Amino acid sequence: MAGCKPEAVPVGVAGKKIKVSIDPVTRIEGHLKIEVEVKDGKVVDAKCSGGMFRGFETILTGRDPRDASQIVQRICGVCPTAHATAASLALDDAFGVKLTNNGRVARNLILGANFLQSHILHFYHLAALDYVNGPEVAPFIPRYKNNDVRLDAATNQVGVDQYLEALEIRKICHEMVALLGGRMPHVQGIVVGGTTEIPTREKLDDYKNRFKVVKKFIEEKYLPLIYLLADPYGDLLKTGSGHRNCIAHGVFPLDDKGNTLLKAGVYTDGKFSEFDSDKIKEYVKYSFFADSTTGLHPSEGKTVPDPEKATGYSFIKSPRYDGKPHEVGPLARMWITNPELSAVGQKTLGVKRMRDVGDAAFSILGRHVARAEEAFLVAKQMELWLDEAQPGIETFVPAPIPENAEGLGLTEAPRGALLHYISIKDSVIANYQITSATIWNANPMDDMGQRGPIEQALIGVPVPDVDSPVNVGRLIRSFDP
Amino acid sequence: MPLKEEQKLSDDQKERSGVSRRSFLKALTGTAAGIGLSQMINPALVSAMKKGLENHPVLWIQGQGCTGCSVSLLNSVEPSIAKVLLDIISLQYHPTIMASEGETALHNLYKIAEEYKGKFSLVVEGAIPLAANGKYCIVGELDHREITMVEMTTEIGKMAGSVLAVGTCAAYGGIPAAKGNLTQATGVQDVFKKFNINTPVVNIPGCPPHPDWIVGSIAHLLTKGIPELDSDGRPLLFFGENIHENCPYLDYFDQEIFSKTFTDKKGCRLEIGCKGPDTYADCFRRRWNSGLNWCVENAVCIGCVEPGFPDSFSPFYEKA
Repeated sequence: MAGCKPEAVPVGVAGKKIKVSIDPVTRIEGHLKIEVEVKDGKVVDAKCSGGMFRGFETILTGRDPRDASQIVQRICGVCPTAHATAASLALDDAFGVKLTNNGRVARNLILGANFLQSHILHFYHLAALDYVNGPEVAPFIPRYKNNDVRLDAATNQVGVDQYLEALEIRKICHEMVALLGGRMPHVQGIVVGGTTEIPTREKLDDYKNRFKVVKKFIEEKYLPLIYLLADPYGDLLKTGSGHRNCIAHGVFPLDDKGNTLLKAGVYTDGKFSEFDSDKIKEYVKYSFFADSTTGLHPSEGKTVPDPEKATGYSFIKSPRYDGKPHEVGPLARMWITNPELSAVGQKTLGVKRMRDVGDAAFSILGRHVARAEEAFLVAKQMELWLDEAQPGIETFVPAPIPENAEGLGLTEAPRGALLHYISIKDSVIANYQITSATIWNANPMDDMGQRGPIEQALIGVPVPDVDSPVNVGRLIRSFDP
Repeated sequence: MPLKEEQKLSDDQKERSGVSRRSFLKALTGTAAGIGLSQMINPALVSAMKKGLENHPVLWIQGQGCTGCSVSLLNSVEPSIAKVLLDIISLQYHPTIMASEGETALHNLYKIAEEYKGKFSLVVEGAIPLAANGKYCIVGELDHREITMVEMTTEIGKMAGSVLAVGTCAAYGGIPAAKGNLTQATGVQDVFKKFNINTPVVNIPGCPPHPDWIVGSIAHLLTKGIPELDSDGRPLLFFGENIHENCPYLDYFDQEIFSKTFTDKKGCRLEIGCKGPDTYADCFRRRWNSGLNWCVENAVCIGCVEPGFPDSFSPFYEKA
């Protein structure tokens, strides 16, 4: 069923199912289609289809391993720094190279600046038009006739003003990335062995001056606006819970002993456990990949597309941890790390830490709250990294390409857990596998019949008007796919 | 680095725009070492573009890409992206930023294309896969039918007045077309050749392109028509100069002083893999992200604006 029109069945007939599909799902990175079945005003089934395949894995095969950190950035122009980081961690592992302290800090400053950029871009420029009406010109029109924007004119104007201001703020974040990373999007600066440019005092000061502006925006605009939405859109704190399983690889190393600002961990069926990458397997029964490649760990992963496969409905594989679907992203990280919330967060929600939010955290608005709180948390830490960064001290350790080796890179993109695996034979890439955040969140049903996280979270989402399925878009974008 | 004549504003443009000499000079010298073309064209051209706005909508579609070109465009300094969106370009379709989605969005796309047939500009970001009947990139669904990127590009491309292939993927195939790809990822020009489409194409390569290259080319198109292109279909205005020959580290090369590692900045980067000698773009002057840095200062050039990228430039690094 195309578009957002009811098929044959009139709107609102009790007990009848109506198919609604949205293709393209816009204000995301990439190509996504959603098809839902609505019964009695609520979603009862959902299919999430990734509509594009490029095949980075096969393109990488046979190349100089060091090319990986450049090529993989082109997976996502919103979070190339995360892919460069994951590739470099996999290469660090394979090359057996240990970073200098300044190299670690410089990487954190590059990745951190883009975390802030991505979170701000996501909320204001991708998600906000679900809650705020933009100006009456293209590309802010056309929009759904009944788009359920509930803000009064003055508050809406605050949203529009902040949308425009946020364009500047995210640009400043990219300037911070570029100061140490060369340019952005697609940084030159993150490579195996560290970073390519030793920070000077002047560059660190330039970075710091920009950072102060961004931090102020997060504290005074972004966070308060998110909590402002909690009032008119309070029902969205009870909508879109999904499997309530989540996973985080951890990100922002604080030392060389494996401690990270945001922790690695797993939350399944209400229980926490240690993250073990061996428990990941990728399934393809409903993906456009050869059935013979299903159920493999990424280190044995194969990329054999089959675009005509009858059971297939997505170019996304379905990764499962211990056989179960898990969501990734800021909510997963904040749930697992469980830091104290900002003052405004504590006051608005009446709780101290992330997990105290309880069930409401796993919701459309809960994911936005987690993202904004994470921006606040990362910004706080970046201040410390700026003090830790030493001008003029080496950030790069050269290392020769090994003849045969393998490496695993685990980190987090702003939108969630990221895994890169490399196998090197005869000094070139023999196999490269990537399990990215959107693969975790936007995947189709697996071989065992379990829906992907976004699919599951759509179940129960209210769609009172099938011509304007605004809550479907809200739910999808809360995952920042 | 002196400006080329065509990059300077003519005197009457300055007068028309009412830019004071002081702010004009400030714009010229605004960024550290780079001089943003968009900084110069902005005041003079905004009013002209405003007039053309209603008659010249821009439709931006995306194929096999990473959205990096769009994100780079957001980094436009002067004019700011807010000004670009609200005052300069009537951007009627852009999957990453438009409010609408699904059929509402697609209906608008086809409606505008019909209404402004022969007048609107189509921007293509990302490559177009031809294998498997185009199924490797589905861009939407209309009347119960999936639309592939190759269908959308050819259908809308036929109706457009001009096409901007933004980014190396759209221009030449880029990363998705690299060795090992299974999707027959193809650039716009080659797709048009295959389907006998004659709409003029301007290539704005780069992985991603500099925001000035995008805004400057669109501005040129809206006000003066198609800019002068090189043999690879790129505006000479931005892609006419060799990076190595204009490199601030050229003296090191002449003195045969070469950097041995990435962080050793007292030398030419050739021996660690710099592809500046094979690359034509004005990054050495324009620099990136408000003029704060650029690839060669930070590491090496990897030749991302060239038709052969990435395969002709791989491996990107020599021994480090």
